[in-house]
Amino acid sequence: MSPAPPREPATHRQAPGVARRRENLPGYLFLSPWLLGLAVITAIPMLLSLYLSFTNYDVLTPLTEAEWVGWDNYRRMFTDDPSYWHSVRVTVTFALVAVPLKLAAALGVALLLNRVFRGVGLFRGLFYLPSLLGGSVALAIVWVSMFNRDGAFNSLLGVFGIEGAPWVNDPKWALETLMLLAIWQFGAPMIIFLAGLKQVPAELYEAASVDGAGAWRQFVHITLPMLSPVIFFNLVLETINGFQGFTSAFVISNGEGGPVDSTLMYTLNLYINGFVRLDMGYASAMAWVFLLAIGLITVVLFRTGRFWVHYSDSEGR
Amino acid sequence: MRRYLRVLVLLLIVVVVLYPLIWMVGTSVKSPQEIASNIGLVPETFTPSNFTNGWNNFDVSFGRFFLNSALVSILTVVGNVISCLLAAYALGRLRFRLRGLWFAVMIGTLLLPGHVLIIPQYILFRTLGWVGGDFPYLPLLVPQFLATEAFFVFLMVQFMRGIPRELDEAATIDGASPYRIFQHVILPLSRPALVTTAIFSFIWTWNDFFRQLVYLSELNDYTAPVALTLFIDSTSESAVGPMFAMSLLSLVPVFLFFVAFQRLLVEGINTSGLKG
Repeated sequence: MSPAPPREPATHRQAPGVARRRENLPGYLFLSPWLLGLAVITAIPMLLSLYLSFTNYDVLTPLTEAEWVGWDNYRRMFTDDPSYWHSVRVTVTFALVAVPLKLAAALGVALLLNRVFRGVGLFRGLFYLPSLLGGSVALAIVWVSMFNRDGAFNSLLGVFGIEGAPWVNDPKWALETLMLLAIWQFGAPMIIFLAGLKQVPAELYEAASVDGAGAWRQFVHITLPMLSPVIFFNLVLETINGFQGFTSAFVISNGEGGPVDSTLMYTLNLYINGFVRLDMGYASAMAWVFLLAIGLITVVLFRTGRFWVHYSDSEGR
Repeated sequence: MRRYLRVLVLLLIVVVVLYPLIWMVGTSVKSPQEIASNIGLVPETFTPSNFTNGWNNFDVSFGRFFLNSALVSILTVVGNVISCLLAAYALGRLRFRLRGLWFAVMIGTLLLPGHVLIIPQYILFRTLGWVGGDFPYLPLLVPQFLATEAFFVFLMVQFMRGIPRELDEAATIDGASPYRIFQHVILPLSRPALVTTAIFSFIWTWNDFFRQLVYLSELNDYTAPVALTLFIDSTSESAVGPMFAMSLLSLVPVFLFFVAFQRLLVEGINTSGLKG
């Protein structure tokens, strides 16, 4: 996923005199499965859900009998459904805490690894493993067991004489447990950071050393600016992912968002409204607000990115 | 000195990162009494019966759930590889009207959160009679045969752009059509991108939960992740060991892929920013 605009491969220029060859028929033939998918799996459902968000459709009655209710779903969402705002707060809190910490962990470990000369591949692989496994139901189950009242985490605390909380059953701590699970999966952004660090020219550090800049100043004035496109890329990716957490919230609360709605992530709330309460019109409205919110956040990220992302050449990343 | 300190810190992080996984392996062979009392990594009594008990814990054996998962994952791989390859060849190598527009749309769908579409897609597939139908996996599989996984299209477009244009031009001068170029030039050279797509596609589908939860309602049709959630319902102490055993088993295929293709997976992330 890249923010780069589509462009012709720079290496290729049509030789002068050769008529620009068009490949309309083969082009559309090869594209046809994708086009069909775009229409049937993406575009039509999107429009359908926009329509449904103005109805009280509930799956059980035929689509044609869904009643038009105007802006009722949206009005209810914003003014008359405390659990809606609650789930917004839970999701935003989750993303605001987990995403920066995950990126910080990823960058920190990448910086450590960048200076190690042997065994980098092994470390990199081991750190990446949680990113592959962490999104599964199986791992969420293990995580929840680990943070039970009598789970492994509390007995570890017990070694130090600290009495732990019943983390996953405590509304004060359940969401934090999920954040920790997200941070544990720092490996994927770490690998991207590591590749970015390799691109920073060593001469810059040498010149800074000659000028007497210490490690911290080199980090602030060389590493961070040179790495800013990669930081930005990871930030966009992880933020969008952070808002969509579902599996771990489902497992920790057995699909209900508990304890006391403390893990009611937006997508889980959407699932409950759509597929448990069968209030699909309302859930469609939720989905559209979600889409607009994610779009808005992405736009804001790109806007603010102009102020702190430095591209070293005009071509972009 | 500082070098050793650095390696020491890294080793410490390795321990923290791997601890939950090792603990999972240990707990999967602990007896019910031990699960409550011994939270250490190493079990005192080796209890392999957790695996047989877990396997037969429900009316349908876990073998069935794993087979269902494998079926969905493998067919998804086939669908993604074929359909994304075709789309990527068009978007990455051919010139046709509105190509720039379609490319932009494809990038747009990359950012589209999947949860937004789940409700109308569900309604659509339900209307078609595919939900809970004769082959209940149609709603999970048909989209994958229509290149809706934009990540993979993008990954392959990026890859194909790296294949020298001169090859196409030489072939064109020799009279080869775009179809022949696809078959004899692009397809063989795109192997690495296809393998990366196949691996990620398999792992993601194997781990996927949301869509499988929504579309599968008969115990017989459950995939492994959906079946695992059944364990959460049962609160009895004796179910913890079997639950861990089956959780562990369900991660084995992903782990094997990781061991076999680690380098490719890492490169895959770097070329496209794919998330693991």
